[in-house]
Amino acid sequence: MAAVKPSERIMVPLPSHSIVPIEDMHKAPVLQTHQLGIDFGGLTAVNNLNLAIGPTEICGLIGPNGAGKTTVFNLLTNVYQPTRGTILLDGYDTKGKSCDQVSKMGIARTFQNIRLFGKMTVMDNVKIGMHNQLHTSFMSSVTHSFGYKKAEKQAYDKAKELLDFFGMADLRHHEAGSLPYGAQRRLEIIRALATNPKILLLDEPAAGMNPSETAELMENIRRIRDEFQIAVMLIEHDMNLVMGICEGICVLNYGEIIAKGTPDEIKANPKVIEAYLGKKAD
Amino acid sequence: MKKPKLRKSTVNNLITYAIVALFYIVVTVMIQTGNASRHMQSLLVPICVNIVLAVSLNLVIGFLGELSLGHAAFMSVGAYTGGLLSIFLKKALPDLPVMVRFPLSILAGGILAAIFGALVCVVVLRLKGDYLAIVTLAFGEILRSIVINLEFTGGASGLKGVPQNASFTYGIILVFITLFVIQNLAKSKHGRAIQALRDNTIAATSVGINATRYKLLVFTLAAFFAGMAGVLYSHNYSILTAGTFDYNYSIEILVMVVLGGIGSVRGSVIAAALIAILPEMLRSLQDYRMLIYAIVLIVMMLFTSNEQLKLMVAKYSPVNAVKNALAAKKVKKEEN
Repeated sequence: MAAVKPSERIMVPLPSHSIVPIEDMHKAPVLQTHQLGIDFGGLTAVNNLNLAIGPTEICGLIGPNGAGKTTVFNLLTNVYQPTRGTILLDGYDTKGKSCDQVSKMGIARTFQNIRLFGKMTVMDNVKIGMHNQLHTSFMSSVTHSFGYKKAEKQAYDKAKELLDFFGMADLRHHEAGSLPYGAQRRLEIIRALATNPKILLLDEPAAGMNPSETAELMENIRRIRDEFQIAVMLIEHDMNLVMGICEGICVLNYGEIIAKGTPDEIKANPKVIEAYLGKKAD
Repeated sequence: MKKPKLRKSTVNNLITYAIVALFYIVVTVMIQTGNASRHMQSLLVPICVNIVLAVSLNLVIGFLGELSLGHAAFMSVGAYTGGLLSIFLKKALPDLPVMVRFPLSILAGGILAAIFGALVCVVVLRLKGDYLAIVTLAFGEILRSIVINLEFTGGASGLKGVPQNASFTYGIILVFITLFVIQNLAKSKHGRAIQALRDNTIAATSVGINATRYKLLVFTLAAFFAGMAGVLYSHNYSILTAGTFDYNYSIEILVMVVLGGIGSVRGSVIAAALIAILPEMLRSLQDYRMLIYAIVLIVMMLFTSNEQLKLMVAKYSPVNAVKNALAAKKVKKEEN
């Protein structure tokens, strides 16, 4: 955490409307937003967003198409600068930080449409994820000095370990763009994990997957949380996945949160049913 | 024990060095045995200048993925800085050997060009693609106008009296340094970051790559090498005119990069040498020279961009024939 001085750390008490699970209650949330909102011209895309995510929580963000889910992710990763409100990542305000600085602070993400470095190998994709943990100066990378070789070897070993965790070590020399769809999605998650994040944001990780691939993904998300001890927040339309693994769910409609709670609470919430299926005729 | 296998990219880099080394040896032998014509010898330094320019521009176009049309301008910064410093040092310290004075000028030219590169990059930081290309083009034209109107650069009549220290050996050394730095950088963490920015800027910044920093690095480094090439250029001719470094020259460097294959260092080296030699080779055709030159370029572009033509060449190329024969032999051996 070189980017932020300890004195800047702000501790905010949990808001009463948090969805932090009980086991994380005594710890500070890893990600918190307060009254977050953004306007595009006259259009309010996201408004009054209050979230708190525990350090090892799996949290779902759902809602009908165009509800502003991806916009929330773009706000959290500072792709968009919010018009209103604050984001606290592990207690540090991310206001005014650039995308790469926010990544260094511990937030990693995948994308709705896969954004891999298609012409590079699987290994290089993961190594790029490790960019900020690899300490090679400009001079030593130009001369390929001893320090460079050592750092590259370490990166290679760690990347291989990560790929192994997802059963992809054998594919490491393949071009990322030539992988099958499911493997590309997995690689994007591995690349995000390589940045050593505190929270991982997954934007529709199961889109375009068949049921068996989705089941594998659910297992992987659980393993990521247990092994790396990080929080996971995901946008997903596949309700089996969301209800199956999320501890807390947040429902967004027209840019505002309409419901928060456990999967069972969400399933029974009339407002959620209304947003998805429409109002009952009188 | 099994010999550790070299990585494919390492082998590729070694081949590039080997090509340059072989070229140097062959030419040196030809000069020593008196087989090289005066005319051919006069082309050697321009070839080196072109290679350094093309390889450094490839860093911007091929690795960062941004189009820069002001490369000749950075070259002119180096050419004038190096030339003026050499004139000054020759007067101030006549005892200073050329071995010291010339490299000093090259370094000074490179550094000042690098500063200009960084300045231009700061201006174009928020621009992309076509817009960035136009700004770099404009920068080149501004610089040319300034140089023509300055007193100490010799104005429109040109700078005279730059010592003609440039030689083929200096040129080849510069080529080697350029290749070494750029090829090594491309394989390192920084090179990967630059290529990641080219392939997908949003994804690259999302994993913590600082786009501004790397854009600045690439522009500065490319300008640095262009500046050094400029110094070499200015010490090869008795007169240095600003008109040389117009946008036509920038485009010519771009042609070399595209012809050699964007992103391919070895391709840039070969194409740069080819572009330097081609107009001279066509000299016998006199009036039709520029016409043939253009037609050759068009044919080569079609040839290098067409997948089917490439496949056809690969089918009949002797290198591949040998490769296939070896592979077939290996398969046979394993079967037995």
